[in-house]
Amino acid sequence: MAGTAPGGRITFSLQLGVTLLACAFLLVPAIMSILAGLTVNYFRGLSSGLTLKWLFEVWELYSDSIWLSLGIAIACLACTLAIGVPAAYALAKTESRWNRIIEEFVSLPLAVPGLALALALLQLYGTMKGFRLSWTFILVGHVLYTLPFMIRSVLAVFAAIDLKTLEEGAASLGAGAWRRFVDIAIPNAMPGILAGALTVVTLSIGEFNLTWMLHTPFLKTLPVGLADSYASMRLEIASAYTLVFFVMIVPLLMALQWASARAQRLAG
Amino acid sequence: MPSARTFTLVCFMPLAIFTMAFLALPLVRLVAASGSTERGWAIYADILTNARYMRSLFDTVVVSAAVTFAALAISTTAGLFLERNRFPGRGVLIAVLTFPLAFPGVVVGFMIILLGGRQGLINEISSGLFDTRVVFAYSMLGLFFGYLYFSIPRVLLTVMAAAEKLDRDIEDAARSLGAGPLRVLVDVILPGLAPALIAAGAIAFATAMGAFGTAFTLATNIDVLPMVIYTEFTLSANIAMACALSVLLGLVTWALLLLARSLSGVTVAASG
Repeated sequence: MAGTAPGGRITFSLQLGVTLLACAFLLVPAIMSILAGLTVNYFRGLSSGLTLKWLFEVWELYSDSIWLSLGIAIACLACTLAIGVPAAYALAKTESRWNRIIEEFVSLPLAVPGLALALALLQLYGTMKGFRLSWTFILVGHVLYTLPFMIRSVLAVFAAIDLKTLEEGAASLGAGAWRRFVDIAIPNAMPGILAGALTVVTLSIGEFNLTWMLHTPFLKTLPVGLADSYASMRLEIASAYTLVFFVMIVPLLMALQWASARAQRLAG
Repeated sequence: MPSARTFTLVCFMPLAIFTMAFLALPLVRLVAASGSTERGWAIYADILTNARYMRSLFDTVVVSAAVTFAALAISTTAGLFLERNRFPGRGVLIAVLTFPLAFPGVVVGFMIILLGGRQGLINEISSGLFDTRVVFAYSMLGLFFGYLYFSIPRVLLTVMAAAEKLDRDIEDAARSLGAGPLRVLVDVILPGLAPALIAAGAIAFATAMGAFGTAFTLATNIDVLPMVIYTEFTLSANIAMACALSVLLGLVTWALLLLARSLSGVTVAASG
């Protein structure tokens, strides 16, 4: 056994080294970006002083894109709730070989690259100018991409709870189909709905692949604005804009991880 | 009062209408548009004989495969380490390794420019210390690191979830039979993790194949397939070819995910 102790220590150190290196790889550029967004002159370094003026400039240049992204995220959430929750309920209730096919089909936007989906939407609806030029065109893309996450998240909870017994109990008390859906299914699925909702909002705010093809010069979402600032603005403004994005997305991500851990625990 | 069966059908309706209008019909139209020129369906044969397209398909597959293996190696090491050891600061490390989960490709591209760009950290350090310029952001290597940046968190979460469920008794049994740490890893732990590794690897590969934002931020002359589709569509207005390449890319990634799922029996959601 004397030989395993140093061997174990070497393995431990190697693993720790890889882990720390990966952490540094992910964290260092993010910290650089945050600092650059708050520094008077990035190329002269922190000694040039800290400032909030780049953040104000970002707000002046890009506040439209931030509001548009928030609006689309909320509308996208409403759509995925209205479409996804009843669909997950129906999938949980029916035992049919079609279920697998429906799930597979609905999940296609996860496998087919966003660029291809956007191109498909443009081919079919590109000539309908009223639709093509409105924000709802971007919304359609976001719903397409986030819907599978909502359905899977809710379906996982339905699959774990004994929906059938719960509903039979309610039915024996005279509850109709609608009442059973509203009073029994939805409250029981809440952890899954919450986790799904946070996933939808987080992904919608960050979506770029589809949005870049679907957006118009007058309708730029936050990530489209980011791409624009990376290409044409000074580094401090691009960094400050990235900082705004971090401030929006990181709390959402933390809430999301908490909610999905909770949903998974409840789903057993 | 509707019957239970009618109500279930009503519950399917919003999904049926939405996916018909915005998924099924557009995809059919995409395929139709790819064959709409005078070349017809021969356009797919043209892709196979076009050196530039095949080269970009090859490059896309190579960089995606390389990222997949690197992300699997790094995330399995870190994931097992974080799952098996309890120490102060462990929570912080997990948080750091998962926070880029929802970063769009453009932001990841910017991170890589800050690291390996002309004014990037690595160039500053190497110019200062060794008087050599090291700039890798605007090339295939930069793309590799960008894809790695967003693949590590995803693979890590899958590996950690799977490692938690591993039966430790089998490892103890192997150890008591005299197996060293390496043997336990290769013969017990990795086979136990295999379904999760296949699923996570497939997601990482598929995401890298279709990723667009990172290449878009780094440089427009990185010829990965999504960038080629984009330039065919916007610059060359070669719509049919853009559609045909999209169909090809979509089919390849979708088939791959399907294969991985049937191999592993696990469903994991891709994102990005």
